[in-house]
Amino acid sequence: MNTNNQRSFFFNVDWITVFIYLALCTIGWFNIHSAVYDEKYPTVFGFHTDYSKQFFFILVSIMFAIIILLLDSRFFSALAPVFYGTTVVLLLLVLVIGRNVGGNQAWISVGPVRLQPSEFAKYATCLLLARYLSGVNIKITEIKSFLIAAAIIFVPMILIKMQPDDGSTLVFCSLIFVLYREGLSPIFLILAGLFITLFILSLIFKPIFVIGGLLIIGGIIIAAVRRFRKLALMMLAGLIISIMFVVAVPFVYKHVIKEHQRVRIDEWLGLASNLKGAGYNVHQSKIAIGSGKLWGKGYLKGTQTRFAFVPEQSTDFIFCTVGEEWGFAGSITVIGLYVFLILRIIVLAERQRSPFSRIYGYGVACVIFFHFFINVGLTIGAVPVIGIPLPFLSYGGSSLLSFTFLLFTLIKLDSNRMGAIISS
Amino acid sequence: MNSFFERRYVIQALFIVLAIGLLARIFYIQIIDDQYTVSANRNVVRTVVDFPGRGPIVDRNGVILVQNEPIYDIMVTPREVVAFDTLRFCNLIGIDKAGFEKRWEKAVAYSRSLTSVFEKQIPFTIYAPFQEHLSEFQGFSAQLRKVRTYPDSIAAQFLGYTDEVTDKDIQRSHGYYKKGDFIGRTGVEKAYEDLLRGQRGVRNILVDSRGVNKGRYLNGMYDTAAVPGKMLKSSLDSRLQKLGERLMTNKVGSIVAIEPSTGEILAFVSSPTYDPNMLTGRDRGNNVAKLSVNPYSPFFIRPIQAYYPPGSSFKPLSALIALQEGVITPQTTYFCAGGYQAGNHFVGCTHHHGVTDLRLGIAGSCNTYFCNVFDKLMNTDGSQNTRANFIDWKTNVNKFGFGARLDVDLPHEGRGNVPTPEHFDKIFRGTKWRSSTFISMAIGQGELEATPLQMANIECIIANHGFYYKPHLIKAIGDKQIIKDEYLVKNPVGIDAQYFEPVIDGMQDVVEHGTGANSRITGITMCGKTGTVQNPHGKNHSVFVAFAPRENPKIAIAVVVENSGQGADWAAPIASYIVEKYLRDTLTSRPSGKTPEWIMEQNLLPELKPKLTPAEKMASAKADSVKKVKADSLKKVKADSVKAKSGLKSASGKSRKNNIQQIAGIQPKKNEH
Repeated sequence: MNTNNQRSFFFNVDWITVFIYLALCTIGWFNIHSAVYDEKYPTVFGFHTDYSKQFFFILVSIMFAIIILLLDSRFFSALAPVFYGTTVVLLLLVLVIGRNVGGNQAWISVGPVRLQPSEFAKYATCLLLARYLSGVNIKITEIKSFLIAAAIIFVPMILIKMQPDDGSTLVFCSLIFVLYREGLSPIFLILAGLFITLFILSLIFKPIFVIGGLLIIGGIIIAAVRRFRKLALMMLAGLIISIMFVVAVPFVYKHVIKEHQRVRIDEWLGLASNLKGAGYNVHQSKIAIGSGKLWGKGYLKGTQTRFAFVPEQSTDFIFCTVGEEWGFAGSITVIGLYVFLILRIIVLAERQRSPFSRIYGYGVACVIFFHFFINVGLTIGAVPVIGIPLPFLSYGGSSLLSFTFLLFTLIKLDSNRMGAIISS
Repeated sequence: MNSFFERRYVIQALFIVLAIGLLARIFYIQIIDDQYTVSANRNVVRTVVDFPGRGPIVDRNGVILVQNEPIYDIMVTPREVVAFDTLRFCNLIGIDKAGFEKRWEKAVAYSRSLTSVFEKQIPFTIYAPFQEHLSEFQGFSAQLRKVRTYPDSIAAQFLGYTDEVTDKDIQRSHGYYKKGDFIGRTGVEKAYEDLLRGQRGVRNILVDSRGVNKGRYLNGMYDTAAVPGKMLKSSLDSRLQKLGERLMTNKVGSIVAIEPSTGEILAFVSSPTYDPNMLTGRDRGNNVAKLSVNPYSPFFIRPIQAYYPPGSSFKPLSALIALQEGVITPQTTYFCAGGYQAGNHFVGCTHHHGVTDLRLGIAGSCNTYFCNVFDKLMNTDGSQNTRANFIDWKTNVNKFGFGARLDVDLPHEGRGNVPTPEHFDKIFRGTKWRSSTFISMAIGQGELEATPLQMANIECIIANHGFYYKPHLIKAIGDKQIIKDEYLVKNPVGIDAQYFEPVIDGMQDVVEHGTGANSRITGITMCGKTGTVQNPHGKNHSVFVAFAPRENPKIAIAVVVENSGQGADWAAPIASYIVEKYLRDTLTSRPSGKTPEWIMEQNLLPELKPKLTPAEKMASAKADSVKKVKADSLKKVKADSVKAKSGLKSASGKSRKNNIQQIAGIQPKKNEH
């Protein structure tokens, strides 16, 4: 039995996922290499360039991945509260002693190493959320359980918002799909979708037109369901709330949402266009990707990339390099890998017998998908600019390490899914 | 328990749909929409135009007549300008505050973010100190251009000038010219524009986001090298040209010298002239305005545009035709008693030559002799045949290049005039006209008109014994010294070589002891002919034509000095100095005692007279007699300038002799000794 267990460490590992992981890391490294290529330092050794550092980060991440695979799978569930607690402390600490980089107080320096606690907060939150929801007698449909689950998500979210790192804050919103999978009423999703849609519509069109539209559609629905009094009344209430929301949008937009976010949203919706200012990054990014055509300009040959037209190209805008140098062929490959990875994670999650593993797996899928979608979307102007990294591709040690933790913990849990039965 | 299992599909579906959405958008911008490729290239590719240097022009000995000089256009990009010391800036580039404001407004009106020209054509001497301070004036930059410069300030009408292209030029060139390019407007600059301008080059360079040069785009695949304009070797001898222009100081007229054995034009003086450097650089506008109101029309290219009756200088040609037609022999004599009676006209002769043969006829410029010859020529086979004889005569004269363009390599060449029989039909109201009625043509007067170039060409024909090469100003093109084929073709005039010797004998006598004896050059046998062209509107024009030396002639020349008197007085000494300069490169004294310096100092500019219509003339004559009208000098100058313009216009088309002396010359360029 024991020998069997030992053998199963690597025997049961889902190599498909590991392979995609390695593929994405490799693609990432090459594109970072191209984005910040410096003829003075052509090798990966010595910490002069981002690509030599990233090479080191990849090695470290693989090391941690192996360590995770060697740990006992009960370890994660057991230590979830500790991780979470530590992260929260670090998030508080970073607000006090953190280093401010690019307007965000997000970094803690420990000797030569700089850590970004917000990256690890996602991991810890996923773990604790999974542990809480997998508890006996916990039903998300119950208000108390829901509130506690929400609190687990909101605490790090609020702390990160205070840095203020909007991108990382929004990532936590993606966990709503985990709750949905575990039984949260779809009403929440529908309402969230509705309000986002109304918000955008109110920005694009004059509120009076949106209200008019709402009245017409709402009127038709209420007329259709008028025989079910209760439903009709609910609809009426919804309509009134929606109208109030629409009326409130301009005010909220002007006074609650910050200036730099507002210009980004304006650029995204085409309400304003300043190609030299707020719109510069996305415009140049679109030029980079768009000029890649079908096969791309070739490795190290992207003019936008080589001549530094896109700022932050090795981090948030790394997808530009893919699009420019590898063309649509490269873009579809990378996107295909992500979609495949995420669907694979869902497959892994669904095949778990332990609810903890499954819920955690969904958490991983949601976080990675959110990062992927927002990051790629912003490089092509499909979503407003929200600064978050592309998992495994973007330059950055904290980001790569936290995604490695996130993914390999799931792989570890999955490799031990038979053991889970025994333990429970 | 794994409840809500089916929700995985909802989540998966949502993720897939969103991913496909991204992919669709990427597909659109990468595959369908081409604008990003264009933008990417616009980001990194800068097209730099390499302006080729315009070809230089040198004289026959390699002395530079025109070359290029660097100048600088000060450019401005208003958006990038930050506050700076305006006064200092103005002082540095030599403009005033108001001028600064004007230029600034213009630049801003053009574009705030695009670069435009702030001040054009700053010479290097001003640019050098300015450049040191350029960094203080953000948003300003300098662009190197090249303008023409004329080290010797000579041959203005021959070289012509360049000018910035107009919209019309750009249209006509099918896109070759761009705004700010220069194009040849007159003279050689225009005639050889295609060779001189060269070919613009284009370099595509890569720049990074800060505009730093990062090398060539696609390894220079789309680059084209600028091809500099071809160097033109002119036939001009700058020593002769310089001397000629100085001798013609304060005189109106022309000097044309040609090498008979090639047709190469050695000197091409049009006086008054101007310093061609006046038409380059910043003061161009002012200078053009100044020159174009000059009543003596310095822009008028007299050697090819001014028409003069050739006068007595025509006599050798008359003799040659008569010899060829067989109406006279060298031994034929006529008795000169001081004139020739043609019907009721009397053509006077300067002397009583007595029994005159061909040689004496030419040497003594005997009008009687040539009237007789002409009369005989016209009345061969009876007076009924005058018309046919006249046509024969005209054909012969035409062969000598009169009455048609010689096709010199300059634009706007005039034809001169040889009247047609139809012209006489009109004048004499019918076809029954007799030689006596147009006898003045026998002595090169009347309707006969020629350009100085045509006159000089006649001397080439005589020197060559019966043929000429097309006179031309550009001897060879480019480094390979290519000579146009047309300049290697002999043009025979249909006179047998044997007939030339007696005529040349007479012409030698002219200089040895005839009318031109005062301009004899010791040691050089020059054969020439003076001409004193009668001019009903003022003093006679002084004309002299010649070639030298007699054996193996090296130079043929025609000199016209308007309104100055006898051919022997002015044109002959001037011609003799040019000839001597060319053959010996030194100047010796003349029997007349007229030194070159003395000639240069003489002011023979014709008096300015307003051109009046007959009606006005009558009116002014009346007014004059009734009450003395005070001459309003201002008015007069105005009238003159108008007249000069009209003269220029008609000169480029069908100039009439009347215009010539009314276009007077004034204010020739400064003469540096």
